[in-house]
Order: sequence, then C-alpha cells, then structure tokens
Amino acid sequence: MVRVLKLELKGITKRFGSLVANDHIDVVVEPGQIHCLLGENGAGKSTLMNVLYGLYEPTEGEILIDDKPVSFRGPGDAMAAGIGMVHQHFMLVPVFTVAENVALGAETTKAGGFLNLDDTRRKIQEISDRYGFDVDPDALIEDLPVGVQQRVEIIKALVRDAKVLILDEPTAVLTPQDTDELLDIMRQLKSHGTSIVFISHKLREVKAVSDTITVIRRGKVVGTASPSASTTELASMMVGRAVNLTLDKAPAQPQETTFQVKDLTVIAPSGQHVVDGISFDIARGEILAVAGVQGNGQTELTEAILGLQDRVHGSILLDGEELVGRSVKDVLKAGVGFVPEDRSVDGLIGTFSIAENLILDRYDQEPFAKGISMSPAKVLENAKTRIDEFDVRTPSGSLAAGTLSGGNQQKVVMARELSRPLRLFIASQPTRGVDVGSIEFLHKRIVAERDHGTPVMIVSTELDEVIELADRIAVLYKGRLVGIVPAGTGRDVLGLMMAGLSPDEAHADSTKTPATAAAAPAAAAQPAQESTSGAVGEHHD
Amino acid sequence: MSTTATSPQPGKPQPAPLDGGAPAAKHHHTTVTAKPVTWKLPVTLLVLAVVAFIFFGLMGPHQTAKFGISTGSDFFQLPALEVPAFLGGIVLSVIMLALAGYAVFLKTRNRKVPAWVTIAFIALFVAAFLIWVVGGARTTSISLAGLIAGSVTLAVPLVFGSLSGVLCERVGVVNIAIEGQLLGGAFTAAIIATLTHNPFLGLLAAAIAGALVSMILALFSIKYVVNQIIVGVVLNVLVSGVTGFLFSTVMQADKDKFNSPAHLDPITIPVLGDIPLIGPILFKQSLIGYLMYIAVIVVWVGLFKTKWGLRVRAVGEHPQAADTMGIKVNATRFWNVTLGGAIAGIGGSFFTLVAIDSFTKEISGGRGFIALAALIFGRWNPIGAFFAALLFGFADNLQSIVTIIGTPVPSQFMAMLPYLVTVLAVAGLVGRSRPPAASGIPYVKG
Repeated sequence: MVRVLKLELKGITKRFGSLVANDHIDVVVEPGQIHCLLGENGAGKSTLMNVLYGLYEPTEGEILIDDKPVSFRGPGDAMAAGIGMVHQHFMLVPVFTVAENVALGAETTKAGGFLNLDDTRRKIQEISDRYGFDVDPDALIEDLPVGVQQRVEIIKALVRDAKVLILDEPTAVLTPQDTDELLDIMRQLKSHGTSIVFISHKLREVKAVSDTITVIRRGKVVGTASPSASTTELASMMVGRAVNLTLDKAPAQPQETTFQVKDLTVIAPSGQHVVDGISFDIARGEILAVAGVQGNGQTELTEAILGLQDRVHGSILLDGEELVGRSVKDVLKAGVGFVPEDRSVDGLIGTFSIAENLILDRYDQEPFAKGISMSPAKVLENAKTRIDEFDVRTPSGSLAAGTLSGGNQQKVVMARELSRPLRLFIASQPTRGVDVGSIEFLHKRIVAERDHGTPVMIVSTELDEVIELADRIAVLYKGRLVGIVPAGTGRDVLGLMMAGLSPDEAHADSTKTPATAAAAPAAAAQPAQESTSGAVGEHHD
Repeated sequence: MSTTATSPQPGKPQPAPLDGGAPAAKHHHTTVTAKPVTWKLPVTLLVLAVVAFIFFGLMGPHQTAKFGISTGSDFFQLPALEVPAFLGGIVLSVIMLALAGYAVFLKTRNRKVPAWVTIAFIALFVAAFLIWVVGGARTTSISLAGLIAGSVTLAVPLVFGSLSGVLCERVGVVNIAIEGQLLGGAFTAAIIATLTHNPFLGLLAAAIAGALVSMILALFSIKYVVNQIIVGVVLNVLVSGVTGFLFSTVMQADKDKFNSPAHLDPITIPVLGDIPLIGPILFKQSLIGYLMYIAVIVVWVGLFKTKWGLRVRAVGEHPQAADTMGIKVNATRFWNVTLGGAIAGIGGSFFTLVAIDSFTKEISGGRGFIALAALIFGRWNPIGAFFAALLFGFADNLQSIVTIIGTPVPSQFMAMLPYLVTVLAVAGLVGRSRPPAASGIPYVKG
C-alpha cells in the first residue's frame, strides 16, 4: 500500500555569484530511512534542500527519483513528486486556521471554486489520529505553541502524500521535551514508510534517530558516518579538525553581589508584559545563564538592562547605581558590556570596517578621537591588537565587517565589548550560528571574564551551552522567572522548567514519568545508550 | 502579579493570568493570552459624551428640528420626524454618558467593551449632532431621505476605490495610486462615452484605463522592486498631469465632440424603489450603483470563501509560505493589482457617466486618498470598507447640506468634517486594526 521512493542527488552544485554553496554533492536517501545531513551553520545543508525542494535551481547536477532524473521548476513539482519539507522558519500563515494552512495550495473545492474545508478537516483529523498529534483543525496558527505548529507543518506534507520528508533544523525552536516528542514522531513516520532527511548540527539528536549520516562541510560532502560513531568523531568531521567539546572550567569563586534586578517588568507596545516581575542577582566572578525557549522575554530582559526598552518598571542596580531610566550611553559608561543576540543587525555595521566596528562604543573617546577629529591610525592600531588577541581570521582590519564569517563577526563583537574594563558582561546567544571551533574560543573568553571577577549573564536558547557555561541557571517562561537552579541540574528538569513548570514540579515530573525518558533518553552523558534507542525506535507503533 | 526567583511556588504551576483557563498541567501545550484592556476607548467615549452633553445638550438650540423621511415621489408617505432640539440633545447625551460610564465600569472590572456599545455610541453621537446642527440652523428642516441617498451617491467612487485598495493590500501591494485610477477612469469614460455615444463602452474603457494605471504600479513595484509608495504617488501626479493636459488641449477645444458623454440613467426597480429611505439607495441606482453592491459582495465572498481568496490572502500575509506551497507569488500579485485597478477605474467612471455631465480637471478631488482611509478604517475587509466609505460619504454630504441650511458653525469647519472623520478613523479610534503582514513588502526569492 505504501509507495516508497528512492531519492538520489547527483553532483549537485549551486553557485550564488562567486560563492559556491554546494560543490558536487552526492547523497542517496534509501526508502524508509532517516538520513541525516550533518554540518555546521553555513555548510550548505539548507541550500541543498532548497534545491531538492525546487526553490532553487541547481547550477549543475541532477536529482533522481527511483533512478529516473527529474527536474523541479518549483515547490509544486517537488510536492507532486512526493517530497515534502518542513522549513526551519515555519511556512505557516499566522492568521489562518490549521485547516486553511493545510489546504493552501492543495485546496479541495466545491463547484465555482468555493473552498471545501470540511474535506481538509477530515484529512487533518485522520493524520492527527494516526500519529497522535492532537491538532485542532480550526485553531488559529498564531495561538498554537511552536511544537504544535511544527506538527501542522508535518501534516501539511503528509496531506500532500509526501514520501520523503525534509526536516530543516527542526529542533532549533523546540524545548527538550518537544524535541524528544519530535524524534519519536520521526521514528513513527519511518515505520509507516516515510523517508526522512533530517538536517541538523546537534550531535545528540542526530545520533538518536539517524540510520545514515552524511557530513557536509563548506558545501562539500566530507564523508558518511554511522550513528554509532562517537560525538567527538562526528564533531571533528563536521569541523575538519579535532575539537574539544567539553569546556575546562574551574568552579566559580563568587565574591560580593554587585548586580541586582528587582521586580523588573517590561511592557511591549502591544501592552503585554513581556518581562513580568523578575528578580535575580549576580555576584562577581559568577555566570548566570538565562535559559528558555526563544521569545519568552530574554531579548526584552537584556535590552531593558541596556536601556533599549521604553516601558520598564522595577529596579536594576549595578554597584548600587540605578540603571533603569538611563540612556544606553550612560549604561555603557557604567561598565556594561553587551553582546546582542543578532550580531548582524544589532552588533555590527556590516559596511563599516572591522577596525571601525571595534570602536563603535568609544569612537568619541581618547585615544581614538581628539576634539572633533578622529585618529584613523589609532583605530587601526587598536584593531591589530584585538584581531590578534581574539584570533579573528581576516587579512586586514580595514575590510568591511560584513565580509567575515559568522564566527569571526562574533569574535569582533566580543572583542569590542571585552576590551574595556567591565562591571557587568551580558552576552545574548554568544555562539548562535558560530562554527564549533569558534564556540570553543568564545566560551573560554566568557569564562576568563568571569574569572577576572566580572558578573556575567549569558542568555542562550541552546541548553547545551547553558549547561556548559552556567554557575547558576535561571529559566524564563512567558516573561516570568520559573526559578533559579544550580549548575548540574538535569536537562530533563531544565526542559520541563522551560515549559513553565516550577523547579519542584519539574523534579517530581522528571522522575515519575519514565515513559518519555524511555522514548528518547535525554541524558547527554550517555551517547551509547541513545544510539541503541534510536535502533529500538522502529518498534514504536 | 510578580514572581520572585528565590521562592518558586510549590504545588500548582504558574497561574495563567487573566483567562485562568488551561492550567499549565500538560507542560508546554498551554497558551496564555494576556491582552490587557486599555483605557483608550472608555476615556474617548467619556470625553465625547461630556462634549455632547455640554454642546448638544446644555448649550443646545431651543428650536424644533424637522427631518423629512419620504420624498414626494415615494409610494408610501411617512410624516416628517420632529424633534425638540434642546430636549433631544439632553436625552441623547445623557444616554451617551451612561454608555461611557458603562465602558469605564467594564474597564475597572478589566473586561472588554463590547462592540455594540461603541456602535450605539457613534449612532447616538451622530444623531445628537444632526439635531443640534439642524435645530440651530436658519432653516430648521432637512430631508433625511435626501441626506442618506446623497451619502450613497458620494460614497460610490469611494467604495470602488477602497475595494481596489483591499484587493491590492490583501495581496501585499500598497496602492496609493487609487486617486490616479479614479481620475484615469473618469477621463477615459468621458472621452469614450462621448466618441461612441455609448455609456457602456465608456464604462468598459474606464475599467481598462484603471487596469493600465495599476499595471504600471504592479510592474514597477513587483518586477523592479521600486518603493510602492513612491510609484503610487508618482502615478497620481502622472495621471493628473496627462488628463489635465488632454482636458485643456483637446476636450476644452471642442466640448461637444470630446466631452459630453452619454449617461447611465438610474434604473428604478418597481415598488421596491418607492420604499422610504431604503428604496432610493438600494433600488433606484444607476448601473454603476448596482455594480457597487455586487462588487462588494463578490470581493468579500471571493476573498473569504474561495480557493482564489485563500491564495490571495496567503500571498499578502506570508508570501514565502505561499511560495513553498507552489503558489506563484508575484503573478498572483500582478493580476490582483490589475484587477484592483479595473475596479477603481469603474469607480472613476461614476463621476463622468452618472454624477456630473462632463469631465473637469481633477474631478476625483482627492477621493482616492479618502478611499485609502476607508480601507484602513474598514480593516482591509470589503464590507468594512463599504461601510467606512458610506460614513465618509455621509460626512461629505452632511457638510454640504448643512452649509445650505445655514448653521451657527462656519462652513469652513463643516467642510473639514469628512477629513476630521478620516483622521480619527485612521488613527485607530475604533479598535486596533492589523494590515496584511506582507503589505508593502516586495517578494524577492531566496
């Protein structure tokens, strides 16, 4: 009954101008397999999948389905051939209902072009029942949690009869529990005969579900690996050299508490309390990591500290000085270093040179400026020192910052913020979109700043990063502080807290529900066991 | 409500604010919608009610305002409505105060003010205003039937214009060129209906002219990704210049040959057309008037009930999502914008085929911009836009009638009325409206 298909990409090359995003890539996805494309951000995985899905036309190479070459002029063709895709950023219209989104592009109509949504509802119900999705066809997308939205995306593909499902970084927006459920769904889909192309850079997940792993680096296939390969092995294939995945970090030596936040509330233009009555403090020589799923108030919290938010109530004290109500410039002068979450938008001016970007916060101060004139020589000199110190890979400091790779851009931002004496250091998503090699370096610098006696606040949606860096972990959920727990708290407990459960409940819940744990054990420390459970996954149905 | 970090609540999870439903039992599948009720509406209502009480009530005129309901030709004759202005003002403004008080009371209980309160309030305010104006005028009598029928007449081009705007913005293109489309339609209708002595060909030509103006907008904003606002403004100036030039060089030279269009006469539906108040506006219209009602319904049904509409709205809300579902985003945009232009062109032909006997320079007189306001006030919904356009038509007509009967208020202030209503409407007085998310944003692949 189930039609399965074999998918083959042969010598796919995709150039954007002089940039080669994919360089003669060969991948074979066997029927009924979970095939992982592993690679760092910017390695060319998403480009490859957009080629496969008909969004880009390949410069060279061909796509074969069941050994017959096909050519896709658009996603419509790809869907007709049995390929479905769940994009990293969901392709759902927020103001439409689930049924409307699923129907879009493949509508069933009554006479005269009138929509027949009942038919779509029935199909959604069918799929929803088969996989236990629990999706209401008449709910508005914008009211649904991300995890459910993702299921709607999967339903969209299944309604179109997808035989190969491409999942592009599907876990980036999920809580650890949602992630586990998704991995489970993937195994179920496989047992029903759907092949899956799973794109990821998260080794833990890749090892847990994959049947085959193809590693891509800088647009080329560098090899295949089996899921039983060790994490270190996979990481070094991905990066191209040996990497040390665990951070050597001495225990924190907290000194006096110099940074305090009391009853902080931030009100968005919509009137919503995006940060809602938060209180915490950070001691000198300590890293507080703020965990949470994206969009739970982290951005507004850091922006409020820096003075970038307008409607802020409560108090933020740094060395006894009130920061609420002061200008950004004042806050910077008070000794706050800030790495914003989106470096290309808020951290750098892409068209300015690296050297200029390195003094954005001090362009008007000695020695870079005297009176109304600037000293370009001093600016360049400063750039040389910082570039060496932070190992920024660039031929010259006078190149535009926008030409650097993500990791190097982040080093520039970090170098700027850490090059003056600080009394507080805030880094938001310090390693998002950064290659594994640079992550190592950036993490070391953050810990060095802590050991230097600065209170450090890290905001990250990557649980691995939080666990790696934190001395204490604060979890945000819908603008509220769910709780602060010590480093070493289990990732299952943290995951439940990220879903809004208090620490006590999370502890209780994580110990008494072995069902979820068995489906996909969450312990990062046991990679061997994970791969076994990946194999066992076939029995789930 | 505030949560402290150090003492997390044991026992039950985070209480969901406001709605209290869906306790956070099943971990991450909870949705909390904390949309706070604002003071904006209750305070606005209260201020307006106090204004009404002081001006329309306490300082109200002591004459009797007379409102004619039937016109002479009506089949049924109803007596005129006579209202003692002072008493009427007091009574209506007291009811308004009560409604405003109710809104304030709801706010203190943190509940939303229901829509009927706002609507009733607006109706009462308009009624009190009418009584005040008419009661204080030299001639204390107006024809309500004429006021309403005239409003619809003035609203026709606005309705077509705002439908054009709805079609364009729903698909993600901002159409500032409505004014140019109306003007182009008016001019083309005049010249073709004159040359061919056939108003229907004039109507068709107007639709084509509007579509052509739209195609330029579509071409530049979609294919060449030029800023949509700038293209729209430039098009308005272009059409105004071209029609103005042709008017003075060609039309004025030989008015009989080029500028005396054949007209579309009103078609009265027997019996129904004689119903007081409703008859003239629904059943005694020109072809274009009937087309207007049909267009509003067709566009509404098309947008919200058909496959075409679903795709159009998807393109205007999330073009990438539409693209990944195999919908041709830019083609959809192009044809929708063209269709919008054709509709606005028909609206423009109303000036020269129905309302006025010939084309004059700038005959549209900025109504394209009012149509834009109607579209926003009507929340990008054809039916909403229709009623908003009616409101603007009403304000416009009231202004001219009130100037004729002679009021204590200087006529210049009355002339400001339609624009004042526009500004208040666009400022989002009646709730917050949300435009299509991708409106004004060009779609470039990759």
